[in-house]
Amino acid sequence: MNLLLKLLPLALFVALAGFLAKGLTLDPAELPSPLIDKPAPAFSVARLPRTPEHSGAQDFNSNELAGQVWVLNVWASWCGPCVQEHPYLVRLAQQRSVPLVGLNYKDQPADAQQWLARLGDPFTHLLDDRRGDVGLDWGVYGVPETFVIDHEGRVRYKHVGPVDEAALLEKLIPIIDELQNEAG
Amino acid sequence: MRLTLLLLIALLFQTVTLVQSANSADEIVSFDDPVQREMYYALLKEYRCLKCQNQNLSDSNASLAGDLRREIRDQILAGKNQTDIDDYLVARYGEFVLYRPRFGGKTAVLWIAPFALLVLALGAMVMIIRRHRRPQSDDTPGGEPVAAVQHIDERLEKARRLLKD
Repeated sequence: MNLLLKLLPLALFVALAGFLAKGLTLDPAELPSPLIDKPAPAFSVARLPRTPEHSGAQDFNSNELAGQVWVLNVWASWCGPCVQEHPYLVRLAQQRSVPLVGLNYKDQPADAQQWLARLGDPFTHLLDDRRGDVGLDWGVYGVPETFVIDHEGRVRYKHVGPVDEAALLEKLIPIIDELQNEAG
Repeated sequence: MRLTLLLLIALLFQTVTLVQSANSADEIVSFDDPVQREMYYALLKEYRCLKCQNQNLSDSNASLAGDLRREIRDQILAGKNQTDIDDYLVARYGEFVLYRPRFGGKTAVLWIAPFALLVLALGAMVMIIRRHRRPQSDDTPGGEPVAAVQHIDERLEKARRLLKD
């Protein structure tokens, strides 16, 4: 009893030090999304024409993808890390059959079209969120951000910042495979 | 991991000094109703800009902060109250967006821990003080102080008598 009491301050100190040490390894810019495991915000938004000539397509509605596992990538031509991430999105589109929705966030269509012409266009659906309204509903606070949505329309994973090799191979692809298995 | 984050936020609170700068937002916002106007400027100081995390929405020039200011203004004009706007932001960005997180669920630890630690520390202090006192009272058996007082009284009486004489 007495020994336990004497060790209590030490135990408290170790616990506090443990929390602080863990805190040092966390990236404060990476916030847990409150959307995880919640229904994905539904939206309807204009498509971004692939080239300046192709315009006038119907708006995209997120329930077009109901029943499927899909990926939402929020990007912009003004976003530096998006250039870095882009080859991995191209690889994802090649390696997995999954709708990849590219939400062009607060961008100019002409800039976005040129950017894609230069770096390749892996997107199944290309959307124009010029005012950032869809981004606001999805809690986007930094571009690029990538979400994985399951066949029941729930957000299951969010990656903040550029997708790199590790994120693609260890997170995105395994999660997509798992969710597609779940969907059967 | 979330717990750690919340604890870190708690530490952050103690270091954040809210700069009472004039609203750095570029846009000119007009409200017909002075109450709504007051509410708008007060609320901007309650929410964190998620792009530049130690600035509130009123300080920040990030474009996300601009969008959120616009959204908050629209909601105030639509007659929403602070709870509605809190809910709106928390649903999208999590409790982290509030500089003063609400009580409940994951944030309970944040609110309770300081008081729990205070109680614990006071308890420890009381115990230590008691332990220091006990040996003294053990050394002096109950009768002795009374005897000592009587002894002094006797001597005082003697002294008085001597003075009279």
